[in-house]
Amino acid sequence: MDKKLIFHGRVWYFGEDVIDTDQILPGYAMTCEREQLKDYALAGSKIPDFAKKVQPGDIIVAGKNFGAGSSREQAPVALQSSGVGAVVAVSFARIFRRNAINIGLPVLYADLIGLVKSGDEITVDFNTGEITLPDGRTVAGQQPGESVRSILAAGGLIPKVRQQLQRKGGEAK
Amino acid sequence: MAMTMTEKILASHAGLESVQAGQLIKAKVDVVLGNDITSPPAIAEFNKIGRPVFDKDKIVLVPDHFIPNKDIKSAQMAKTLREFAHEHDITNYFEVGRMGIEHVLLPEEGLVVPGEVIIGADSHTCTYGAVGAFATGVGSTDMGAAMATGDTWFKVPSAIQVNITGSMPKYVCGKDVILTLIGMIGVDGARYQSLEFTGPGIANLSMTDRLTIANMAIECGAKNGIFPIDGVTIAYLNGRTKKTYQAVSADSDAIYTRKIDIDLSDLTPVVALPHLPENVKAVRELPEISIDQVVIGSCTNGRIEDLKQAAVIMSGKSVHPKVRTIIIPGSQAVYLEALEKGYISTFIKAGAVVSTPTCGPCLGGYMGILAAGEKAVTTTNRNFKGRMGHVDSEVYLTGPAVAAASAITGRICGPEEMVK
Repeated sequence: MDKKLIFHGRVWYFGEDVIDTDQILPGYAMTCEREQLKDYALAGSKIPDFAKKVQPGDIIVAGKNFGAGSSREQAPVALQSSGVGAVVAVSFARIFRRNAINIGLPVLYADLIGLVKSGDEITVDFNTGEITLPDGRTVAGQQPGESVRSILAAGGLIPKVRQQLQRKGGEAK
Repeated sequence: MAMTMTEKILASHAGLESVQAGQLIKAKVDVVLGNDITSPPAIAEFNKIGRPVFDKDKIVLVPDHFIPNKDIKSAQMAKTLREFAHEHDITNYFEVGRMGIEHVLLPEEGLVVPGEVIIGADSHTCTYGAVGAFATGVGSTDMGAAMATGDTWFKVPSAIQVNITGSMPKYVCGKDVILTLIGMIGVDGARYQSLEFTGPGIANLSMTDRLTIANMAIECGAKNGIFPIDGVTIAYLNGRTKKTYQAVSADSDAIYTRKIDIDLSDLTPVVALPHLPENVKAVRELPEISIDQVVIGSCTNGRIEDLKQAAVIMSGKSVHPKVRTIIIPGSQAVYLEALEKGYISTFIKAGAVVSTPTCGPCLGGYMGILAAGEKAVTTTNRNFKGRMGHVDSEVYLTGPAVAAASAITGRICGPEEMVK
């Protein structure tokens, strides 16, 4: 049990709509420096002032195909740097999910549609995939695979690659 | 064990006899691609690893999204890319004047060939499945890591077989094939899966059609879309590539999770209505929809045959006075050929503007951004809310002939109206 992989936070509920990458980070924000991306998190969504209202550790709850569209890694970076602690969705677009894991943003498959509302506090355990709702009930999400958990535990893909190269006796700095 | 095309290519690049869907593998990559907006973060991650590039001949860098530089910030990103390319002596870096939209340029230059594993920090990297390669989009961190290591992790995708028969009626194009498919299965209908195109109808699809179809595999969530290697593939590659390649084909008893049949003869020109590519309707079934702008170009439809389809419709006609029409050849070679064939002259005489190659308007970057309430017919690939500008603008996706006809009439219409 890795306590770093347990997240407690306030829900932002996006319902069943597909949240694509143009909503998460609009194309016009793509030239921003990494430090400014947070100001545009979900600027194209139905909550355009999300970036002003989000608190550190908040959890996004969404429906199918979260992160559909562009490969822009700036999208999960914007969410992460705005303070989002985790994303729970019925399903994720492949590239978005891979990017999120690579940068160390925890994303979990679980169907919380109709079970929570914005402002609820929930606990998400990435060790088991289990989510605890405000009334104490639990919902089983999909337990992340060992490789995903190992990347998240290393802090992302790059720290993991560096560890691997060092183990090979390489000369990574 | 029987394997699909994708499984065979992944197995060979993982050094394994066979692989099966769901398996996690580490595969060598033949091409690592990046552009001006995804490469700067990739370069930052690459630099953290502290290794040289794995192979300067296998990294392709194309400034195309906000290029020629649209503002100071984009100029800075382009500079980061340029300096990295020079510092690492990257063989295939394409400067303004030689660049094109990456997914038009790479096939045209013969940089992608059958049987390869190609990753690109751009979701439309799946375009290269048209030539029988396994090609998929990744993020910047994956690109940065692969530039150092020359390999990456994949989960072997399960496959959907798309069995194509028949031949396309007049005015139907590759865009109608892929939009029809996305309409059938939805924007997550192939999520995490491979789309494997098979069947006798493929022989009737040109390489341009195949590139358009594979390009939009991502729009139904697919990891990749792949075509068999046939006479059309070989003819396209001859004289274009210096790379050697081996033909890969699926085993006859390969396992597919689902089979979808498409008879090309049944197709009709279609439009994807706002705000998802799955909202597909036949053009002839639409009510009257007035439009403000038309864009013809992009990695989906920016090739010479696409411009030809538009030029045939627009020849001797005038763009509707209330419509701005923007034509964007996908590469310098496409631009030059369109010039020599008289298409550019046709467009300009009709009242369209012709731009240098760029992804600009497709992702709401520049060169045709929409204001609140405006509607655009475009040959691009996404019509998400706010994709091309204001969140209250609307994007209608079509093939080039429908886009050109709509530019003339000022409302969404089929090309057959032009030739009555």
